[in-house]
Amino acid sequence: MTDRIRIEGIYKVFGRSPQQAVELLKAGETKESVLANTGHVAGLTDVSLAVPAGAIYMVMGLTGSGKSTLARCINRLIEPDAGRILIDGEEITSASEARMREIRRTRISMVFQHFALLPNRTVAENAEFGLKLRGIGAKERREKAMGILDVVGLSAWAGHLPSALSGGMRQRVGLARALATDADVLIMDEAFSALDPLIRTEMQDELLRLQKALKKTILFITHDFQEALKLGTRIAIMSDGKVVREGTPEDIVQNPKNNYVAAFTRDVDRARLFEASSVMTPAEPLRYGTAVTASILSVGGGPMFVVDDGGRVVGVVRTDQMQDVKDDVPVQSLMTQDYEAVCSTTKLAEMAGAFHPDRPMAVVDKDRRFMGRVDPLQVLSRIGTPSARSSHSKAAGY
Amino acid sequence: MFNVDNLYVIPLDQWIQVAVRWLAIHFRPVFQTIKWPIESLLTTIESTLQTAPFPLIAIAFVLLAWWVASHRVAIFTFVSLIAIAFIGLWSEAMTTLSLIATAIVVCVIIGIPIGILCARSDRTWTVTRPVLDVMQTTPSFVYLVPVVMLFGVGTVAGGIAVIVAAVPPLIRFTNLGIRMVDTEMVEAGRAFGATERQLLWEVQLPLALPTILGGLNQTVLMAMVMSVIVAMIGAEGLGLVVLQGLGRLDVGMAAIGGIGIVLLAMILDRITQGLADRGKRAPRRGFRMALSQSLFPWRNAKESLEAKHQQS
Repeated sequence: MTDRIRIEGIYKVFGRSPQQAVELLKAGETKESVLANTGHVAGLTDVSLAVPAGAIYMVMGLTGSGKSTLARCINRLIEPDAGRILIDGEEITSASEARMREIRRTRISMVFQHFALLPNRTVAENAEFGLKLRGIGAKERREKAMGILDVVGLSAWAGHLPSALSGGMRQRVGLARALATDADVLIMDEAFSALDPLIRTEMQDELLRLQKALKKTILFITHDFQEALKLGTRIAIMSDGKVVREGTPEDIVQNPKNNYVAAFTRDVDRARLFEASSVMTPAEPLRYGTAVTASILSVGGGPMFVVDDGGRVVGVVRTDQMQDVKDDVPVQSLMTQDYEAVCSTTKLAEMAGAFHPDRPMAVVDKDRRFMGRVDPLQVLSRIGTPSARSSHSKAAGY
Repeated sequence: MFNVDNLYVIPLDQWIQVAVRWLAIHFRPVFQTIKWPIESLLTTIESTLQTAPFPLIAIAFVLLAWWVASHRVAIFTFVSLIAIAFIGLWSEAMTTLSLIATAIVVCVIIGIPIGILCARSDRTWTVTRPVLDVMQTTPSFVYLVPVVMLFGVGTVAGGIAVIVAAVPPLIRFTNLGIRMVDTEMVEAGRAFGATERQLLWEVQLPLALPTILGGLNQTVLMAMVMSVIVAMIGAEGLGLVVLQGLGRLDVGMAAIGGIGIVLLAMILDRITQGLADRGKRAPRRGFRMALSQSLFPWRNAKESLEAKHQQS
């Protein structure tokens, strides 16, 4: 996948003469010393990111971490003081005002935390706002807006004012407004943070559903780590204007690398984050119709699965059946149907329910082809959080 | 030597006199040019109000009050106008009304653009703000001195004094209204590629409209107050009735003049207040639509009815 957005060494300093402060920061001064010496507040310090096309890229950080500033630098609602931002190779940071307006109208759109809908206009008028600014005729833009409202499930409300809508519905209008311009980059600034927890979950699912069809490049700003894990194909965690960790959700939870990130990962429900493939032991299957020897069986170090010519699982040879095997026994005579199979993308939480004593578990791909086997202990250790693990070992020592 | 009478007195009064006289002589064409549009506007409005039969005007006002305010205000307007007519002040009231109407038109034309400029540039606001402070703290009749020197006496000169006194609230409220528009709203406009002009007309003015209409109400009341005071420089109308009553020690005449002023002021206040409230309750569409919504509420009723039909 190519990078749609590239952010290279962005600095943003708030104050009267930011350039001087940027030089200090580049020279390695800390944010605190710059504030003490020059009175300038460093908003962003040397932030670099690459957002692949079609990704939901989550920028996660707490209040004051600079995440919203970063989002606003991308469509230059806030001018960065140093560094470059490129969209499909075009440098945004040096674009003229007219070109920037064109980019905002056609390439980047934005969804706001408090919806920012015009209270004096109907839902349909709000949805067509970007098109109206672009100068598209009344009839054409209304058609387009109605089509998008249909996608977000609000066409029945087109003639109403936003004040008649609930929070979740209002944000759907905000989303419709952003989608109506056909921009391929979507900046969502804390888009779901102002919603009730249930509505938020619903909107997250809705976004994932829409994204499957639309395949936009979404830069999603959030302070909620769970939301970042749920939606993100990649996550950048920001603190104090810097990116402190960047990677896939699984990678970050598995390997936080620093204490700041580890604090977020501690409460993560790993059972719903990790998939079967992450705990699978790759194994060589036995081919149906062949003969086996004791040495072949001992290689596996556990139960061995039997596959047909297409690689699909047809049975299993359990460890207790492997004893006293004479050479050149046909596989069929040892094989039983006592096994479970799960898809590699199954979450551990669902997988745990399928375990059964004496029934080995195989991991298969979408076409039911054998990939490897899973031991319940592997699932347990993956679900356990680092802190839980240490308290257990203490308890054992006690 | 510390006696105040012995001090050398700076002849500030003479300096000012010389300066104003110099202005009046050398810039006469400028002041005549300023005076001309106000004079033509005033004459047009006044001749209309004076020649139209009084029941027609009364009905027009009652209907206006009904549309922009409520039926209560309409009843109040009707009773008040009849009272003004029956105490024999109809003609004077119409003169005062035309003075105020002229001032409002001119105030809107210059006040709202200045307010917008102030809202968009902090520098303009820092320059304008002390000027407004001075204008609003200066006692009303102090305005009369330079106005007489520069524009002479009479109703037109009075009109200019009214405009100068009444415009500050409109500038302030316009500035405030635009600055109070939610930053996220302005950001949304920019994020979708609005030009500065689009931002103003699509986002800022419609959302600031209720505040601007509140400012208009203040301006109308200031104009009302000033239209009475300018009787001192020869402007005709209800103020002159009071002034003549005082001059002749005719308490009755001064009193009915006062009653006429109060009634007219209340009518104008209720109607413009109704306008401002309506803007607050249901601001709709762009600036133009929002304004027409304030003025013609039945359009909205029709549309929301249509929307309901569509839904069902």
